Amino acid sequence: MSWETVIGLEIHVQLDTRSKIFSGASTTYGSEQNTNTSLVDLGYPGVLPVLNKDAVMMAIKFGLAVDADISRRSIFARKNYFYPDLPKGYQISQYELPIVQSGSLEIQLNDGSKKVVGITRAHLEEDAGKSIHDKFANETAIDLNRAGTPLLEIVSEPDIRSAEEATAYMQKVHQLVRYLKISDGNMQEGSFRCDANVSVRPTGQKEFGTRAEIKNINSFRFVENAINYEVERQIDRLENGDEIVQETRLYDPDRDETRPMRSKEEANDYRYFPDPDLLPLEIDEETIEKIRGSLPELFDAKVKRYIEVLKIKENDAEEIARNMQIAEYFEATLESFSKDPQLISNWILSEVTGVLNRESIEINDFYIEPSRLASLLSRIDDNTISSKIAKDLFSQMLTSDETADEIIEKQGLEQITDEDSITQFVTEVLDEFSEQKDQYLAGKEQVLGFLVGQVMKRSKGKANPKLVNELIIRQIKG
Amino acid sequence: MMKRHTVKELQSMIADHSASSQEIYKIYNKRIRAMNDSINAFISIESNEYSSDDKQPDSEISGVPYAVKDIFCSEGDQTTCGSKMLSDFVSPYDATVVKNLREKGTVILGKTNMDEFAMGSSNETSFFGNVNNPWDLERTPGGSSGGSAAAVAAGMAPIALGTDTGGSIRQPAALTGITGLKPTYGRCSRFGMIAFASSLDQAGILSISAEDSAIFLEHMAGYDEKDSTSSSETVPKYTDFLNDDLTGKVVGLPKEFFDGSLDSRFQELVTDSICEYEKMGVKFKDISLPNIKYSVPTYYVVAPAECSSNLARYDGVRFGHRSTDGEDLDAFYKRTRKEGFGQEVKRRIITGTYVLSAGYYDAYYLKAQKVRQLINQDFLDAFKQVDFIMGPTTQQSAFKLGEKVDDPVSMYMNDIYTISSNLSGVPAISHPIGFVDKLPFGLQIIAPHFKEHELLNIAHKYQMVTDWHLQTPEICKEMD
Repeated sequence: MSWETVIGLEIHVQLDTRSKIFSGASTTYGSEQNTNTSLVDLGYPGVLPVLNKDAVMMAIKFGLAVDADISRRSIFARKNYFYPDLPKGYQISQYELPIVQSGSLEIQLNDGSKKVVGITRAHLEEDAGKSIHDKFANETAIDLNRAGTPLLEIVSEPDIRSAEEATAYMQKVHQLVRYLKISDGNMQEGSFRCDANVSVRPTGQKEFGTRAEIKNINSFRFVENAINYEVERQIDRLENGDEIVQETRLYDPDRDETRPMRSKEEANDYRYFPDPDLLPLEIDEETIEKIRGSLPELFDAKVKRYIEVLKIKENDAEEIARNMQIAEYFEATLESFSKDPQLISNWILSEVTGVLNRESIEINDFYIEPSRLASLLSRIDDNTISSKIAKDLFSQMLTSDETADEIIEKQGLEQITDEDSITQFVTEVLDEFSEQKDQYLAGKEQVLGFLVGQVMKRSKGKANPKLVNELIIRQIKG
Repeated sequence: MMKRHTVKELQSMIADHSASSQEIYKIYNKRIRAMNDSINAFISIESNEYSSDDKQPDSEISGVPYAVKDIFCSEGDQTTCGSKMLSDFVSPYDATVVKNLREKGTVILGKTNMDEFAMGSSNETSFFGNVNNPWDLERTPGGSSGGSAAAVAAGMAPIALGTDTGGSIRQPAALTGITGLKPTYGRCSRFGMIAFASSLDQAGILSISAEDSAIFLEHMAGYDEKDSTSSSETVPKYTDFLNDDLTGKVVGLPKEFFDGSLDSRFQELVTDSICEYEKMGVKFKDISLPNIKYSVPTYYVVAPAECSSNLARYDGVRFGHRSTDGEDLDAFYKRTRKEGFGQEVKRRIITGTYVLSAGYYDAYYLKAQKVRQLINQDFLDAFKQVDFIMGPTTQQSAFKLGEKVDDPVSMYMNDIYTISSNLSGVPAISHPIGFVDKLPFGLQIIAPHFKEHELLNIAHKYQMVTDWHLQTPEICKEMD
């Protein structure tokens, strides 16, 4: 029998607001435990939540970017359950009327095919704190710094049919929230995590199979592995005549398997009801249009423009646009040097990326500002320096604040393009290596490279290689 | 001081230097200490010692002392909400209404006793013991703001803050012979007022006269950015309206409030007060609030539902009572809450949890919300024809302590006349209209949303021609 996999993802995105969703406390990650907490976050007697408007704006941004409906009126509800890291004994979330409804997102798969995944809804909610079980023996510590951090929970339709699609979708959402600057998407810090609802059914069957929910997956690789494991587990069970239990499971990356959560941690009756402390959230047309007007150019549009307008190779265009910050760096460089976008792209994808990878830093922390990279590339473009010199210069610029021109002038690195000077080097080389000259004349053209190298060496790399080539041939054949 | 003083009187004493605010504070403090053993109106007594260089804000209520129901957080003070759960809780901040009044130079005399988490109508659910009615120490002062009511009635405070979720200001005001104002929902900030039922709770005032309430409300009320449900409606100068002419005002008498169930001696007092109002040119009209009969059941779904969630934070983890027993997390929660909450609070938490549960939500909570809309609509419709609605505040005067404590439904019926204005959010006032068997009785007047100035106006006019509100219990006379 052949099986079809059905997956729906719930992605939790931590919104990048300065303060929490219902209090003025800071959302800075990594502060000392329980310092980013106001009385509201601590659930003190008498305190009340006040909605952070920035979080609302960010949710609208996301909704517009996935072509969804923005609810003119949405409701915050209380989800009631007891847990020590949930100070009020309830989480404020949107339940029946979420702020974003009915959107979609197009994903691209490895074979180049495209697919649209429906987005059922996206709603605003507050995060809980953290329970730390391994710090003190026999005791649990509570850190409420995270309590009240704004989350956008993005719920997909059960449109996803494989682990590969799930990963592609998750990556696409990740890229989108970074493009929109509504989240840093930092998965190690838990700013971007997902729950996967996974089921299988015989191919052709209409009804869904019983699903298992895999909770709290915080990497693209884990999503893929967890789903693959879970699909295999479910098919094995069904083929052995066993049933699938609807349950919540956790993925253990060390053992690469999913395991059921303890039953106590699930099956709650959350007793949702509208939070009487918060008025219904009303959003007017004007606000929506204002946000629509401020949306940045998104990935697909950017790639298209890079290829069609800037004439960049398709792969390179996608590579540059994949990361919003890289694309911004690229476009900033383009502002000071617009003659050869492909040259910029080449340099970013090779030299710049090389440094970023080697030093594990983000482009925003990169040492050479776009304007300085532009100054370097301009000098290649106008033949002031060779590519080889340019690479040396690039290394020097990593540790200095100087522009390419300043270094070129100081070190006298201008390329030699004057024929007389080069001819002089050529003559010297051909005299010294007459054997190679004869070989060339005898038809062994590979020696030309050697001769060019010798000339370049004498010119300390400054001679224009193209010209050197020409002059050697001219003189040998002369 | 041989008699109770109104805020108005204290203002003039301070103004003409016949008594300093320090002297006034000391006298009240002394009186509280002398009387609290027999009345138990206060859970904690402050002893603010003024230092001579304390600069007092320049305001009309500067130096006026007042009592605060122990449901309001006040910075640095024990704030118990009448519960063992919070018996050792010291608030790190001021409720907005307390802060507003503090900034105007008023001074807290102490925190008053109350039904636990404001759940009760007789003040008998307090962890700190019941309050005794100054008119008869064997009777209840009503609840849940029983401590505030008794304090004002006994002259232990000139004025007090209370909260009203289903009648908790008006009913005790009626049972202790004083004036009680529940403002419109949203008129006063709820920030720092420990939540019982968030969509019904409203801060208000218990005072000797309507005029005193008018003086205080102006300084207490107003929009608060910390409370999303507070109203941005402008706060008027209430005292400017006190003497407005009532000629031509129309009062509706709902047949549901006059269904013949009221004891004839109380009915007589109501009729007398209506006659008094007629003399002022007020017209009366029979009306109907057809859905008001569903008020009590609706309230006892909505209020417990909200309370079951509001009280979830008392889990022993961060503050408040914490059980030392419990072998695991579940047991810890259960023991903490079992030990920390009293019977009535538990009853309501369980009821609330039930009505919100999967499978029951639509039948109870959702239905109650729909009925609530209908009740509100009844008021909106009525106020198209009338300026006010009147009726008795309660069905009877102060009852004996212990009389209803084992009969929750009979206890809940205490609020039959008062609950509907909480469900609708409209403001209401209770003022004394006479005595039966030496026990005071009150009249309730309800007005449209944000018409507190009209309520205070009509009650003040009545108090200008009557002196029921100035009657003082014997115990005060014994004191001096």
